[in-house]
Amino acid sequence: MGQLSSSRLEGLVASMIVLDNVSLRAGAFRLEGIHLLVPAGEYGILMGKTGAGKTSLLEAIIGFQPVVAGSICLAGRDVTQLNPAVRGIGYLPQDGALFSTLTVEENLAFALKIRRVDKKRIASRVRDLAELMGIGQLLKRQTHGLSGGERQRVALGRAMAFEPRILCLDEPLSALDSETREQILQLLMTIKRMNKVTILHVTHNLGEAKLLADKIFRLVNGKIDVSDIVGNCRTSSDIMEATERGPQTVRYM
Amino acid sequence: MSDSIDSADRQDDFAKRNNWIARSNRWFATSFVLIGSTYLVLILGMLLADVAFVLDQSVSKAKNASSFWGSMLADNPISVSLRDPKIQYSIWLSMISCTLAAILSVVFAVPLGYVLSRIPFRGRNLVDAFLDIPIVLPPLIVGLSLLILFQFAPFRWVARSIVYQVPAVILAQWAVSCAYAVRTMKMTFDQIDPRCEQVAISLGCSRFQAFSLVTFPEAKLGLLTAFTLAWARSLGEFGPLLIFAGATRMKTEVLSTSVFLEMNVGNIEGAVAVSLLMIAMSIAVMIITRWASYRPADWKA
Repeated sequence: MGQLSSSRLEGLVASMIVLDNVSLRAGAFRLEGIHLLVPAGEYGILMGKTGAGKTSLLEAIIGFQPVVAGSICLAGRDVTQLNPAVRGIGYLPQDGALFSTLTVEENLAFALKIRRVDKKRIASRVRDLAELMGIGQLLKRQTHGLSGGERQRVALGRAMAFEPRILCLDEPLSALDSETREQILQLLMTIKRMNKVTILHVTHNLGEAKLLADKIFRLVNGKIDVSDIVGNCRTSSDIMEATERGPQTVRYM
Repeated sequence: MSDSIDSADRQDDFAKRNNWIARSNRWFATSFVLIGSTYLVLILGMLLADVAFVLDQSVSKAKNASSFWGSMLADNPISVSLRDPKIQYSIWLSMISCTLAAILSVVFAVPLGYVLSRIPFRGRNLVDAFLDIPIVLPPLIVGLSLLILFQFAPFRWVARSIVYQVPAVILAQWAVSCAYAVRTMKMTFDQIDPRCEQVAISLGCSRFQAFSLVTFPEAKLGLLTAFTLAWARSLGEFGPLLIFAGATRMKTEVLSTSVFLEMNVGNIEGAVAVSLLMIAMSIAVMIITRWASYRPADWKA
């Protein structure tokens, strides 16, 4: 376990996601001594080249990747040894991974049904989510035949259904065409402005990062490099950059 | 450009080569279609020969009968076989034993296929290869090995009520068909995105909840395929049955045993008639599987 000094500890109390000296091993791949800190309500973006370990790190936070050393604290609780099911993270994988045997509505209600929330509350929560995600007209549909953007909206709604304090997004925009990408970007900005959740978003698109991030974490050679985004850099040219360039921005990193 | 590599630059070569490619493509297509269709013709020929044989027998019998069509209907080898209580028993036992063997196969194949597909452990490839043994082993050896197994405790204690009895039929069928069901279930789980299960877990599910609410419903089609495949394998099972369950009429006789016994007493008509019954059942099972494997998504315009 990593030792936290008292002065750092104070700063951490207000933080939602804290990785302290975390080491991972997955086959031949390893990450060692990772420190990462996302303050409550902020939007953290984790960047890095393909194979740098972004997704492994995200999976460690969610709980799918065992941690060899160090500790992970979420909302002030050490979750290093906890089962992913009780960590309280809304998870959005790259391709959405919708439950194909369920309708859109059942997908949205899934986490609430598991928690045995009563039917009336489920119905009203699903309605609110559908409105926020802009998928009200899709509720009765099966998931096959949904477009890429619709799938991501449903998956995001499903992840937020149980009102998690943390959202982990794994390249949520990378499989979308540029128009849809902009719509989902706007949706993520709306969610960010609501200030209810702390978000960690994995991407390799710099434009996306500039537009959304409060903090950018760059995973380079197994180390984390942090930069704070201060002031207003969210101009229309940034939106262009985020929506048009797509994966090519990898080269700039 | 005398040293150009691509002949497209030189007009004379260009036409010659174009002709050559066209001829080669024709030759390629024709030879592959010919070779492939030889096998198709063989399969079709085998089935038609059985039908022709039975028809021929029926017609030659009916010619001497008072009513031609009445005789065709009542005295054809299939009707004769169906009236035989021994064959009736054999059909009944086949249905029951194949269904039980297929149910058992699926019950074991779901956890085995799931573990092999989802849980990485040391020696997984070895276990995977091990499961091919019932498929590649000569059928007689499977039967003999089962027989020998029941010489040893604890199996020996129950051998009396199993070996050469009806349970031996189901056990021998299951021993082989389960391997096919495991293969099918592993492939099914391989094709289902493990991310869905991970998402379900992150949403608060236990592993069992994630499996039963998300993965298993998606595997339903594979389950049906595994069941029908195991059922069809069980129907065709013969070698292990002969050794482990015996071929006693009205006791351990299933349809494949019937064909063997009818042949042994020189009743080729009966053997072919039972064969046709089995062919019909196999084709029915195949059609059900094919029909069920069209997802609703495939039907949408």
